[in-house]
Amino acid sequence: MAKLDIGPPDYKKNLPPVITKNYGQWKYHDYVKPGVLRHVAKSGDVLYSIRAGSPRLVSNDFIRDICDMADMYCNGYLRFTSRNNIEFLTDDEAMIEPLIAACEAKGLPVGGTGHSLSNIVHTQGWVHCHTPATDASGIVKAVMDDLFEYFKTDDLPARLRVALACCLNMCGAVHCSDIAILGVHRTVPVIDHEIIRKGTEIPTLVASCPTGAIRPDPKNKSVVIRDESCMYCGNCYTMSPGMQIMDPENDGIAILVGGKVSNARSLPMFSRLVIPFLPNNPPRWPETVEAVRNIVETWIRHARDGERVGEWIERIGWERFFTLADIPFSDKCIDDYIFSRETFRTTAAFKY
Amino acid sequence: MAEEKKTPQLDELEKGPWPSFVTEIKRAAKKNPAAEDLLGLMERSYEDRTGHWKHGGIVGVRGYGGGVIGRYTDLPEEFPHLKEFHTMRVNQPSGWFYTSDSLREICDIWEKHGSGLTNFHGSTGDIILLGMKTGELQPTFDELSDAGYDLGGSGSDLRSPSCCVGPARCEYACYDTLDMCYDLTNEFQDELHRPMWPYKFKIKMSGCANDCVAAIARADCSVIGTWRDTIIIDPEEVKKYAASGMNIQRMVCDKCPPRALEYDAEKQELTVNPEDCTRCMHCINMMPRAIQPGKERGATILLGGKATIVKSAFMSWVIVPFMKMEPPYDEFKDLIRRIWDWWDENGKTRERIGELIYRVGMTTFLKEVGLPAAPQMVFRPRANPYVFWQPEDFAEHK
Repeated sequence: MAKLDIGPPDYKKNLPPVITKNYGQWKYHDYVKPGVLRHVAKSGDVLYSIRAGSPRLVSNDFIRDICDMADMYCNGYLRFTSRNNIEFLTDDEAMIEPLIAACEAKGLPVGGTGHSLSNIVHTQGWVHCHTPATDASGIVKAVMDDLFEYFKTDDLPARLRVALACCLNMCGAVHCSDIAILGVHRTVPVIDHEIIRKGTEIPTLVASCPTGAIRPDPKNKSVVIRDESCMYCGNCYTMSPGMQIMDPENDGIAILVGGKVSNARSLPMFSRLVIPFLPNNPPRWPETVEAVRNIVETWIRHARDGERVGEWIERIGWERFFTLADIPFSDKCIDDYIFSRETFRTTAAFKY
Repeated sequence: MAEEKKTPQLDELEKGPWPSFVTEIKRAAKKNPAAEDLLGLMERSYEDRTGHWKHGGIVGVRGYGGGVIGRYTDLPEEFPHLKEFHTMRVNQPSGWFYTSDSLREICDIWEKHGSGLTNFHGSTGDIILLGMKTGELQPTFDELSDAGYDLGGSGSDLRSPSCCVGPARCEYACYDTLDMCYDLTNEFQDELHRPMWPYKFKIKMSGCANDCVAAIARADCSVIGTWRDTIIIDPEEVKKYAASGMNIQRMVCDKCPPRALEYDAEKQELTVNPEDCTRCMHCINMMPRAIQPGKERGATILLGGKATIVKSAFMSWVIVPFMKMEPPYDEFKDLIRRIWDWWDENGKTRERIGELIYRVGMTTFLKEVGLPAAPQMVFRPRANPYVFWQPEDFAEHK
């Protein structure tokens, strides 16, 4: 029988000795080459971190493989980053090249540091989610294959952070990414009155709708939807399986750009919707792959050194972005939800 | 095992240079029939262009209300091993540091009880064990517990706190994110394991304003390292950067948002006007050998961050401009408990703390949790005069 409330394992037991010795005493860091960080401590000790990409959805055997590599080259010490990369940790410079060779031999690309494309953080999609508007892992694989060169090198204008969420819940918190790939539903939920009658708390369901589009239908012991008020968020489906939101014909992908979380230089920014819809086209989503590449390449061509996607667009103006990226501006890019007014242009100064 | 099923669409995703999740599912499928069924179900989703997982279902382990996400396929006849395919969230160690032995221990347990598929890691930060039958939940948890692991949060509870790499490897860390994450997670085990709130609550700790765990975007409470005094400039190291050919004026000073830095190219001297600095981290990022955060270090506490659903995405906003962050973190714990009590009392079902504050007003929030107003909380003051005056305001001017 399990002991309750023991909490997570003590991280201090998992730190390599060079970290334990120099904990909080690091002086500076630099980049040895793409995928390799060097941290230098005040003591003069050095720590190398070799970063490798991972599909995140991995088998036990994959974990055992990277454990074997950590044993062979790093005395068994490794960590994961907030973007699901693997980092092998060693104080022995001689291990860097053999470790990189071992990673590449296993199909694990080394890169993702500095001004590069890091791994795409993403959600579960069709692998395990109950409300997805698209898959997650498949699109990530297709996009990373296509942009692979930018993971392996670090001479982009700035860091490039791409994220994917498979529905508007945005479990992947894509809303502050340089480029966000977002699964979107576009049609009103189909009500299964039987399911609603059987096991749904109707007041809770009604209250769950952010636009008040769902109203009780006491006669029918169910609910009705005011179609024109629904913006397909799917919050009602989370409250009741009787509000089927998935629609294979009409679900797809939206692209948002220009977000960041770091406070460096400019304020943290939300990503903004620039392509309202692309079709779900498995297995390799060519329209989405092409749209992302186009935005990345336009940014590379036009951004100044050190400018994140959002910083570049804010400097040149969004109206210029649509022209430069050759993306048609749609009325669907204009906000009509609750915080829309701050996005309206209250000046006569703008570009063409 | 049955005859190998064909997965032509998924096979396309084994091509190309990026490591393939399909290859990973196939590796697991060699050992486990549920992973094999998952391949078939995924292929079906690729044909149908829709998900095949049913909504929710309450399953769990004894003593906890969270930590397990119930999952059932809507095609149980065709994929009988996915009839029950639940997720278990296992609370990660601070900073996602592991030894190979600790990871192998998880693999050994997981191979006995589930699909052999994992996420390293889930969006919130937990280790995700992906796919097990209801009857395996308790035995898996029992063995994980014996190995020193515990479950993470799910549902309307405190989600597993997470933090950046912090002082373990980063010279920017303004407080010990790993220690604070570990300390808070242990302090709030009841809140983490037994959902009792209006909705989820996330705490993320970043050691500096670069915010590598995206705390400001993803956490209801974002603890972001900062300093009160002035950046420290090492003149000798500045000269070395200049000698290396760095354009300090263009890459550092011109990009300083409040233009707090001045560079004398002739003397190769960099100076800061301390009152103008906003501590954004840009100059430190550019010249880590020459510039470091000040000595009076702590954190800014921000509240309200969340993803888009329901009332739009919110970024956390400042509620305490500066707080010392040292064990046992009593000032923070006391504040967060007051915030939870107020939210629990006033929040509607599925209303995050940020949405509640937006609904009832920031001034009400500040008054009820006992925080003083500060100009650092807003970009700019209100443009309207519609103040909710209180009786005590009149007493002041009598």
